[in-house]
Amino acid sequence: MSNILVVLESRDGSLRSASLEAVGAARLIAEVSGASVLALATETCELDAGVLGAAGADLVLMAKTSGHSAEGAAATVARVAKEHQASVVLLAATVRGRDLTGRIAALLETGFAADCTALDAAAMTFTRPILGGKAFTTVKINGPVAVASLRANFFAAAGREANAEVQEVVAEAGLSRVTAINAQSGGRPDVSEATRVISGGRGMGDAANWNLLEAVADAIPGCALGASRAVVDSGWRPHSEQVGQTGKTVAPELYIAAGISGAIQHLAGMNCSKVIVAINKDADAPIFKHATYGIVGDALEVLPALAAELQKLNL
Amino acid sequence: MLLQPRYNIAENQPLEALLNIITFVKRVPSTTANVVITENQLNPEGVEFVLNPYDEYAVEEALAIKEAAGEGSVTAISLGAGEAQKELRTVLAMGADAAVLLASPLAPAADGATTARALAAAVKGREFDLLLFGKQAVDRDQHGVGPAVATLLGVPCITEVVKLSVADGKVIAEREVEGARETIEASLPCAITCQKGLNTPRFASLRGIMAAKKKPMEVIDVDLGTAAVEVVAMNMPPARPAGRILGEGAAAVPELVAALRNESKVL
Repeated sequence: MSNILVVLESRDGSLRSASLEAVGAARLIAEVSGASVLALATETCELDAGVLGAAGADLVLMAKTSGHSAEGAAATVARVAKEHQASVVLLAATVRGRDLTGRIAALLETGFAADCTALDAAAMTFTRPILGGKAFTTVKINGPVAVASLRANFFAAAGREANAEVQEVVAEAGLSRVTAINAQSGGRPDVSEATRVISGGRGMGDAANWNLLEAVADAIPGCALGASRAVVDSGWRPHSEQVGQTGKTVAPELYIAAGISGAIQHLAGMNCSKVIVAINKDADAPIFKHATYGIVGDALEVLPALAAELQKLNL
Repeated sequence: MLLQPRYNIAENQPLEALLNIITFVKRVPSTTANVVITENQLNPEGVEFVLNPYDEYAVEEALAIKEAAGEGSVTAISLGAGEAQKELRTVLAMGADAAVLLASPLAPAADGATTARALAAAVKGREFDLLLFGKQAVDRDQHGVGPAVATLLGVPCITEVVKLSVADGKVIAEREVEGARETIEASLPCAITCQKGLNTPRFASLRGIMAAKKKPMEVIDVDLGTAAVEVVAMNMPPARPAGRILGEGAAAVPELVAALRNESKVL
């Protein structure tokens, strides 16, 4: 009986929520094929068997090791995949998950698909964006195991009533090791994982005006800050906030683009957002063709009004 | 460019300890290109092709490390169709010493695992201390070729690096993960995938362009075998439903907030 193996990612001893989405995706496959869902934490962390069971896991494995080594994690995953005859290995498409995906495929002598946004459990195909989101490809992996990473906000934990059993496994040693992790971004979620995003472009006029964006972000729970490439290249904002083809691809429920005209590489990176709001002075800006709602106007005037209106709601 | 003092490589290293750096590059459509898909493939008509932007960071880092060391070699390897010689010439013009084209007409559409196998096979038998990759190619966006090549070669790999120092046979790298910055250490030989922010890639000088014409370019035909990943379909993104302009300026804000709450239900 083949199994679906999900790699669980943790930070500071806590499970990362993107991993639960991957467990939910594995459940979709298991429901079709009758396989079991195994969830493997490659490092020691706090695991709630109830939460993982509800998300879709049947069995939870935890490798006993502290600290992260990518080679070690990949080797542990490959070994467990072989021991349990896994036919599919799923990861969250985080920085660490993307790092591990290619390695696990190499160790299992198979192919991989990164950043998948959909899967067909019956045909066992994965759909993923290419060219920064300008096109999508559906692929089938030729090999003993299908290895795929799944992009945040496209899959969901199963939400079933079930409990999983937790077992410990041996961790493999690695070559490189993470020696320090320093939190950044001042408590806001990362733009690639947030369900609400507000991004600024050249139309913000100056880096000093970002307090206007922050005021809107502060009024919306879980809202991340993003930026256009032009703004990042000008040094107004860090690259970690860049949305678009040479930055991060995002698919939040709500994406607010302030003072962004909508260059093709930016549009490709946010086009999958559920609702897009565009605020721009130029009524002919390409961003309006992609927006759910548009306001023609100076972002510097519209944003304070938007912040005030949102604050009234006390979200 | 000014030498960065961050590469503290002892000047009196014996000859056999010279840094051999291999950098991997790909010819890709420009990020400003409009995309048309025909028969499950990117239609190349009217598309400008360039050196993958992330590979520029890898090439720059390779050259800067060599310059700081004062000695060493930088070899660029590309898996590509014949046209990819243009991008390899660009890398030679930037300052690389030699280029190798692994030539296959199937290369531009090759999946990450297949690409990694071909690159790893080409590296076997060559001496190297550092393998430098772009963190992804902006056509297939697979993020996995660098770590897969390193795995096949049995060397450590650090991905998405924004800060790198190489000294005393060891690398210390930093990368940005979601909401945090990690510091990662490994021993040489080692693979690195490069992220925007690592450096500012140089432009090829006129002298560099002239010199590149005389630099060695090896062309090796490769058989990619059966692809590890089969493309079943390729499509344009689904069209977004038409939106609407709510109005002008701050006066339109109440209607926007009402629409987000009551119509779209995202607040």
